[in-house]
Amino acid sequence: MDISIRIGGEAGQGIQSISSIIARTFVRQDFYVFINQDFASRIRGGHNFDQVRISNAPVRAIADKVHILIALDKETIKQDIDCLADNGVLMFDADAIGFTSENPNHFAIPFGQIASEAGKSKIMINSVATGAAIALMDCELQPVLDCIKEQFQQKGSEMVENNQRSATVGYDFVRRNSKVKPSLKVPSAKTVRRKMLLTGSQAMALGAMASGLKFYSGYPMSPATAIMEFVSSRAEKYNIVLEQAEDEISAINMVIGANFAGARAMTATSGGGFCLMVEALSLAGMTETPAVIVVAQRPGPSTGLPTRTEQADLKFVMHAGHGDFPRAVLAPGYPEQAVVLMSKAFNLADKYQIPVIVLGDQYFNDSYFTVDELDIRDIVIDRGHILSDQDLPSPHEYNRYAADDSGISPRILPGHTKAVLYADSDEHTTAGHITESAAIRNQMMRKRMQKMEGMQREIGPPEIYPAGPAEFALLGWGSTYGAIKEAVDQLNQNGNSTQMIHYSEIFPFNLRHVTTEQLSKVKIIAVENNYTGQFADFFSMATGLSIDQRILKYDGRPFTSREIVDQIKDAQ
Amino acid sequence: MVTLEDFNSDDPIAWCPGCGNFSILKALKQALVGIQQQPHELVIVSGIGQAPKTPHYIRCNCFNGLHGRTLPVATGIKLANHKLTVLAQGGDGDGYGEGGNHFLHAMRRNINITYLVHNNQVYGLTKGQASPTSDAGFVTKTTPRGSMSPACNPLLLAVASDCSFVARGFAGEIDHLADLIKAGILNEGFALIDILQPCVSFNRVNTFKWYSDRVYRIDADLSYDAKDRLNAFQKAQEWGDKIPIGIIYRNQRPTLESQMPAIADQPLVAQQTDPKVFTELLETFK
Repeated sequence: MDISIRIGGEAGQGIQSISSIIARTFVRQDFYVFINQDFASRIRGGHNFDQVRISNAPVRAIADKVHILIALDKETIKQDIDCLADNGVLMFDADAIGFTSENPNHFAIPFGQIASEAGKSKIMINSVATGAAIALMDCELQPVLDCIKEQFQQKGSEMVENNQRSATVGYDFVRRNSKVKPSLKVPSAKTVRRKMLLTGSQAMALGAMASGLKFYSGYPMSPATAIMEFVSSRAEKYNIVLEQAEDEISAINMVIGANFAGARAMTATSGGGFCLMVEALSLAGMTETPAVIVVAQRPGPSTGLPTRTEQADLKFVMHAGHGDFPRAVLAPGYPEQAVVLMSKAFNLADKYQIPVIVLGDQYFNDSYFTVDELDIRDIVIDRGHILSDQDLPSPHEYNRYAADDSGISPRILPGHTKAVLYADSDEHTTAGHITESAAIRNQMMRKRMQKMEGMQREIGPPEIYPAGPAEFALLGWGSTYGAIKEAVDQLNQNGNSTQMIHYSEIFPFNLRHVTTEQLSKVKIIAVENNYTGQFADFFSMATGLSIDQRILKYDGRPFTSREIVDQIKDAQ
Repeated sequence: MVTLEDFNSDDPIAWCPGCGNFSILKALKQALVGIQQQPHELVIVSGIGQAPKTPHYIRCNCFNGLHGRTLPVATGIKLANHKLTVLAQGGDGDGYGEGGNHFLHAMRRNINITYLVHNNQVYGLTKGQASPTSDAGFVTKTTPRGSMSPACNPLLLAVASDCSFVARGFAGEIDHLADLIKAGILNEGFALIDILQPCVSFNRVNTFKWYSDRVYRIDADLSYDAKDRLNAFQKAQEWGDKIPIGIIYRNQRPTLESQMPAIADQPLVAQQTDPKVFTELLETFK
């Protein structure tokens, strides 16, 4: 089973209330649901849609065809009718949007009238549409009514009843009047409430909090804002200080200050905001202060497509900042991985006293994924080498930047009773004082860069799926995980020998993870949401392997597996 | 008992002979001894310029960061461990030019840190360009026809921002300056101390004599009420033949950190996280 529903309309029409109730209804019955949110950069109006995919196997990408299209405005019909699958059903309110059709699959439902009568208000059309869609899928209504109750119970029993009645009448209307018998076969299921439905942003925030996040500073910017809002709404309960900064420069410098003082701290932004943070990234590198920065990418250059998706900041974050200094770059492909990698980001940052960048993008951050398990209990917090009051003999002249062969200097935190510390953005002596000495400069550069070796050993390998030899390899990173994996399955079903090589821990690159001899015989096809193939360039440079084909998408929209499969076929 | 020797640093000083910074350093140490500040519980955050080298010449915890970004780093430190005494230090270019936005918002937040701005009305370390506080007509290598913009008035900005403690000191009056710094640190809230400081290398207009001839102590007038904001607006605008030094404005309003429930019991750095606690959050997604 693999059903997709698209709900299209203007911003402010309540698209999300339909998609979220449908999604939650099915997740609670133990299905896998995925929601992609496609919206314009405006508060009201425009053309927007949510696409809900329901399956009994894990889904982490959108489908290119939908079985039900709910059009809350006429523009949706104009723009999205082509995405209807054969026998797919369009649902719309003929009077409200001024559209009529003789096509039996175009199902006019008086959403507005039902809402006014059954729900006592036009705003109930979302519940009417939800009930109607559930009826079309031939599912029971009760789980929907339960979800509605939970969603609206804070607003009072009248609100719950009006919404439930609207859904019921919408459901009954479709049952009575449907001329189509859709080919949707949803197996009946029990409500078990086992799986979780959450966005990439929520997974990142959750991972950070469970890893000991104590301080967050940020400046609102799509698509990173949801991380700040998630932390903010739970900050009081979990003793986290969150300060909205006056700009991104302030945010990252506050994070550096908090980390210097010893609190785990992070910020999140998008490409434009990260541009402003770059000087401080270099500061973290020089002063050897831990910092975790999430960059949720969106299409650039400049303001670009503010509410859409792209993977075009990889080269930027890998090279950002003046001077050579060590850093790590991670890019989760799905929420479970985001939790693990946020924990890893904080541990690497503390252990190596470096900035760590975690890349997301609008597709990853805003999409809802269904997750069976999040291993929060397994998170290990490693604060690195911090000297306590007992660790230093008294009196002690502590040298902040003294280090062994690892390049890592044991830290003390300000307030240590036996020593003080000097941290400096100028080149400095082991004591942290400003120096112009050529010899010390050489020693300090080597000491800092030495840390890359240890980090390299801790970077995890790419995911190879399926294992074993293959003819074609689809090379990707970060958020394209779901679409690439699905494409691999489809290609292999068609008799191809295809493999996914997916990188989520990108920098520093560990060459030992790549068997170049074997890969030199494989046709490598890079799949990336950007114009040039930024990871492909990097991979090629690091390994000496050539990339045989690049499947690139830079229209601000995410890949479907179909697009990948079709382009590979085109090339063959 | 904390003494002056406790603040001795063996880092050699890199300032020009005769620089006003020497007097400010002396006043700062004097103030720290005056309030019996333990060096290990003190953090001085500084930017880039000649003034920001100061914390290297004091035994304390020091974070010498970026030009203009002193206040955000200091804010992060204070929020992570509000038990520490946090000072921020920089010059006029650092604080009022590059860091202008942070200056406004630090005052608005009322984070409990003390900000010392060594104001010599010129860029020193970059060797003599106009600064945000250079007077109109001030001739430098970058303003050959004289600065076309009037000087920004940080004290007026501070009073307008309802800054908790607003003062002006003069490097030539060390004891008075030390008293201001003491009062600033003891003030619960954001304290701005703008310090007039002659630059012997690049400012031939606003010299030691120029300042000495003009400054007068506000506290000589016992009737001046620093809690009266309208008075403060007037006082902050005095510049020219007579320049007031002393506490121009003070008010008491809640500090940022005092309003944060997360640190009501203990500072963030003293708190441990148990990842298992967050499993309860997972239920909200089901």
